[in-house]
Amino acid sequence: MKIAVLSGKGGTGKTLVSVNLASAAKEAIYMDCDVEEPNGRLFFKPKNITSESVSIKIPFADQKLCIGCRKCIDFCKFNAIAFIINKVIVFDDVCHSCGGCVLFCPEKALSEKDKIIGEVQSGVSENVSVITGILNTGEASGVPLIKKLLNNNLAGKALTFIDCPPGSACIVMESIKDADYCLMVAEPTLFGVHNLNMVYELVKLFKKPHAAVLNKCLEGENPAEDFCREKDIKILGKIPFDSELGTLNSNALISVRENQKYRDMFSSMLQIVAKEVQHETVANS
Amino acid sequence: MKIAIPVDDKSTETSVCQSFGRTPYYLIYDTESKESVFLDNSAAASQGGAGIKAAQTIVDSKVSALLTPRCGENAADVLKAANIKLYKTVNASIQDNIDALNDGKLSLLEDIHPGFHGHGG
Ligand code: SF4
Ligand code: SF4
Repeated sequence: MKIAVLSGKGGTGKTLVSVNLASAAKEAIYMDCDVEEPNGRLFFKPKNITSESVSIKIPFADQKLCIGCRKCIDFCKFNAIAFIINKVIVFDDVCHSCGGCVLFCPEKALSEKDKIIGEVQSGVSENVSVITGILNTGEASGVPLIKKLLNNNLAGKALTFIDCPPGSACIVMESIKDADYCLMVAEPTLFGVHNLNMVYELVKLFKKPHAAVLNKCLEGENPAEDFCREKDIKILGKIPFDSELGTLNSNALISVRENQKYRDMFSSMLQIVAKEVQHETVANS
Repeated sequence: MKIAIPVDDKSTETSVCQSFGRTPYYLIYDTESKESVFLDNSAAASQGGAGIKAAQTIVDSKVSALLTPRCGENAADVLKAANIKLYKTVNASIQDNIDALNDGKLSLLEDIHPGFHGHGG
């Protein structure tokens, strides 16, 4: 069972929710797909880390074989190749690794080389297997890295929480594609509603069963709650705005492991989530 | 010497276009013969890598210099590899910029902005 945890922007509590839900479970997998800023590992401090690099294929030209016909340049939809002073130049950061130019070159002057774009780290933190995707800075797309993460043979074996990248770009779509359930984390402000709406549109598009978790809740008005009611989005949990939780979180401690109060809170949230997911999967199968 | 300028229209009255990669046309101007030719920018509607494709057009037109308000990293790499000098335009007027170049008053373009990695640019 794979549960994707997402939010419209960073810092809304997406990592807080996924890390604590995973910790509250008897056994779980936490998968960090927020590859540009994978923070979950700072909380879990996993041990026995193994890492595996992830690479993509980038074409390169053998200038001796190239006759300058420019078929590769005309073919490349992404304009990743230029021909300058009788030399073919490939722009790695624009190339989408489609391999088309290599097939098209009549002189077989193009071949592919591996380019490492990041790594996948796996480790263990008590009851949680922690799998983290780390994208090298400056890389154009983390999508190949996410594919690798989600293809991990552990994925889905146990209860899996996918900590998604913020926003709703293609990298987020890749992260939720195979999820059984989507949990949207939102803050109780108007801006929070805007962000929630963004991911809500996305989960609707992918027809994923979904619900919201509201973070930093205070007494009184809560525009995010109003939004959920209006759109008929289930609210599976409300995390209070409380300084103790804030302190634990900013010290990179997992509140479930530190304080029984939070263990109870996230455990009951987890139960509701599990029930919901089961209900949805039964209803959809 | 032949130079290139991104322009809004195919006329000598046109003004400098603010985007090098997304401009609809380039003016190719010969400072000796004072001849003007307009080139379509086939990269204008590209999904990504517009700067690289546009720079390729400029390289193929065999100019020695490009006058532009700004330029992306990848495009600048293509142009530099082809030994094309990049100058920063002083205002939107074509004539003012050509005059400034002839008087040696144009400065080289320094602020090359980072690429948008295929998500625009
Ligand atoms: S692999 Fe595809 S995207 Fe990359 S340069 Fe070749 S044609 Fe372009
Ligand atoms: S298709 Fe092959 S031979 Fe033609 S320009 Fe490209 S690399 Fe050179």
